[in-house]
Amino acid sequence: MQVNKEWTPTIVAFCCNWCSYAGADLSGTNRLQYPANVKIIRIPCSCRLNPMFILRAFQRGADGVILCGCHPGDCHYTTGNYYARRRMTLLFSMLEYLGIERERTRVEWVSAAEGAKFAATMNDFVKTVTALGENKRLEDLRCKE
Amino acid sequence: MKKIAISELNSLFAAIAADRKLYIPTDDSTGQSQFTIWEEGSILSRNVNTVRSAKDSFFPQVENLMGFKVTGKQIELIETRDPAESFAVFGVRACDVRSFDILDRVFLTEPVDTYYAQRRENVCIISLACGKPSETCFCTAFGIDPAEPKGDVTCWMTGEALYWQPNTEKGEALTAQLSVLVDADVADIEQEKAAIRATAEKLPFGKLDLSAFGQGKTKELFNRPEWKALSQSCLGCGTCTFICPTCQCYDIQEFNNGKTVKRFRCWDSCMYSDFTKMSAGQPRPTQTERFRQRFMHKLVYYPDNNEGIFACVGCGRCLRKCPIHMNIVKVIKTMGEGTK
Amino acid sequence: MQRVKEKAIELLRSGEVSRVLGWKTGEFFYDLTPAVFESVEEVEKGFVFSLFSGANLSKYLIAESKKEGKIAVFLKPCDSFSFVQLQKEHRIKRENIYAVGIQCDGMCDGESLRSAGCEGMTGVEDGESLTVHTLYGDQVIEKKEALLGKCQTCKSKRIVDFDELIGQQGEDVPSDRFAEVAKLEAMTPEERFAFWRTELSRCIRCNACRNVCPACSCEKCVFDNPVSGVQNKAVADSFEENMFHIIRAFHVTARCTDCGECSRVCPQNIPLHLLNRKFIKDINELYGDYQAGADFDSRPPLMDFRMDDPEPSVIYTRGGAAK
Repeated sequence: MQVNKEWTPTIVAFCCNWCSYAGADLSGTNRLQYPANVKIIRIPCSCRLNPMFILRAFQRGADGVILCGCHPGDCHYTTGNYYARRRMTLLFSMLEYLGIERERTRVEWVSAAEGAKFAATMNDFVKTVTALGENKRLEDLRCKE
Repeated sequence: MKKIAISELNSLFAAIAADRKLYIPTDDSTGQSQFTIWEEGSILSRNVNTVRSAKDSFFPQVENLMGFKVTGKQIELIETRDPAESFAVFGVRACDVRSFDILDRVFLTEPVDTYYAQRRENVCIISLACGKPSETCFCTAFGIDPAEPKGDVTCWMTGEALYWQPNTEKGEALTAQLSVLVDADVADIEQEKAAIRATAEKLPFGKLDLSAFGQGKTKELFNRPEWKALSQSCLGCGTCTFICPTCQCYDIQEFNNGKTVKRFRCWDSCMYSDFTKMSAGQPRPTQTERFRQRFMHKLVYYPDNNEGIFACVGCGRCLRKCPIHMNIVKVIKTMGEGTK
Repeated sequence: MQRVKEKAIELLRSGEVSRVLGWKTGEFFYDLTPAVFESVEEVEKGFVFSLFSGANLSKYLIAESKKEGKIAVFLKPCDSFSFVQLQKEHRIKRENIYAVGIQCDGMCDGESLRSAGCEGMTGVEDGESLTVHTLYGDQVIEKKEALLGKCQTCKSKRIVDFDELIGQQGEDVPSDRFAEVAKLEAMTPEERFAFWRTELSRCIRCNACRNVCPACSCEKCVFDNPVSGVQNKAVADSFEENMFHIIRAFHVTARCTDCGECSRVCPQNIPLHLLNRKFIKDINELYGDYQAGADFDSRPPLMDFRMDDPEPSVIYTRGGAAK
């Protein structure tokens, strides 16, 4: 039987090991709900995020990509997230320039204590991307088969 | 011999495209021309040649050869070959028409490349004589007559009319379908042909001396010191190879999305550092060797295997587009001087 | 222009340098090739500096400056920015280089003349305007129309670093080089997407833009590496074109001096400089004016930060057109 399932976006969340990944953990231990289609990838620091990772995530089927890191000033490596902030601003601006919906990419600072913020952020981001619909402009058709 | 008024060209294209895809050269947003599928509103380019050559019609830059689906121990083969549809290419210049013969000798000798062969069988080539050759044209050096291109149908354009001359059975069959064409006199285009030939006489490289190259010249040319200076500023990009009508090297690449695997054939360039790279490494470690490979292939190795026919047709694309303006004419002239 | 050649001869004759990096005559008037000259005879026979010496020679110094002996190089103002940027990145050995700065009023090439409407060119007379001799008669065109794209929006006539100067030192000139970027920013995302699809779909992945770029100096590019997983040699999907050009532009962000070589060499006339300029414009607006290669001691914006940098969400609020 064909089940007509409602479309849900695939979200890739890159989380820094020290704050946001722990924040995600905390939101889990607190039994806070956030959608199951958020796929978390742990990275050592938000500045480890190579722009290539974001594009590759879109290529391989992501509809939205979010980067979570320690709050500015709280980086485990002191300054990593400051660099990440500049890089992501420029990259997102470039994607926007190429006509790719700017709401598909986001950066949020989530500390290890902010389990609730993590869940809220993910809920909000999933809502935004669901409203945008499927990623059509940066997709690789070969990955959709 | 048939003809049609230039103002009626659109109805000719519409008639050809009635039962097949038709490619014609059109201008892109930057004023250069490319072969594109004709549709209502397409305007024929007046440029002497397209940026990319007509080889794309048979040997596209990327082609999905086949696919695989793996479930457990089962491997299912997915057929991805295009359906055998007939198509036509209009406005192929004399140089590009000759390039098909050169490609045929590679792809149609045993083992036959069936992907290429299928498209080759289904095409009707409508060539167009060159009204205004460019200074970079040197097809005459390879015995090509820009006033009399080959192909299934040959066309000439004068100020008022397009003249149409079918040469093959395929061409005759297409002509029979085109009621928009009216009869014309063969003598009408003699003047046009003479004008083209007169311009061709004036082409700076029209009589390029090729005597230093050809069959059996490998030993003589391979270790010549000039290669180093010629290749010294080569950037190692693939522009010359990708716009060349006779370059035919390709690579096989696979794309795996986790469920299915697609196998692609894509153009490769001997100028690239990973060209023919093997487990033991790169057989041509520096740009000098890669550069030499390209020109030796065109001017010595290919003739060696093909009764002395050069794998260059003098279209002049590399003369225009090389970022550093190194090209086959400079190679021929430098090596030619060295042997005298 | 003759003085440039005389200088090359003088430098070789005096033994100041053992090699000269310059431009070599071609078969036509416009097809000059970058070349290294090792003797006075070679220079006399083939060296030329003309309206068609558009190629930026600084990237060749990466390899040339590591060889034995000193090499002289001729740098136009825009080339000198690349030269300085390469020094900042420790890619060249300055002590092996004798840099001669030359002033420039804009360059042309065969393709720029062709887009101005010339075909069958056999010669040119440089003057107030250009008289181009062709197989089909003479054509007079305004120099401005025949200039290379990069020269039409020239940003500076200042030669940043040199050992010797031929002609006058110039200054930064007012340029509307961001006008095209601003025009794109003012479009809707749909229009921008359509624009870039049309442009990038012509890409044949010849890599000329990358190979000519003085900022692209990686020993092995990730797109050339078969084990990187992103080699993308079979450009079977539009994604691959986007990926290559976004990553390339990003990798040269804040290192790109806007020398314009990428757009000059593109066989398909893709306006690649518009990608780089977007990054430059964003950096100027978000982090303060910065020109790569303009000096030796400023910190590149991507290797720097301020505590109060705007958050990435700035792009949601400011929209396409900044501020």
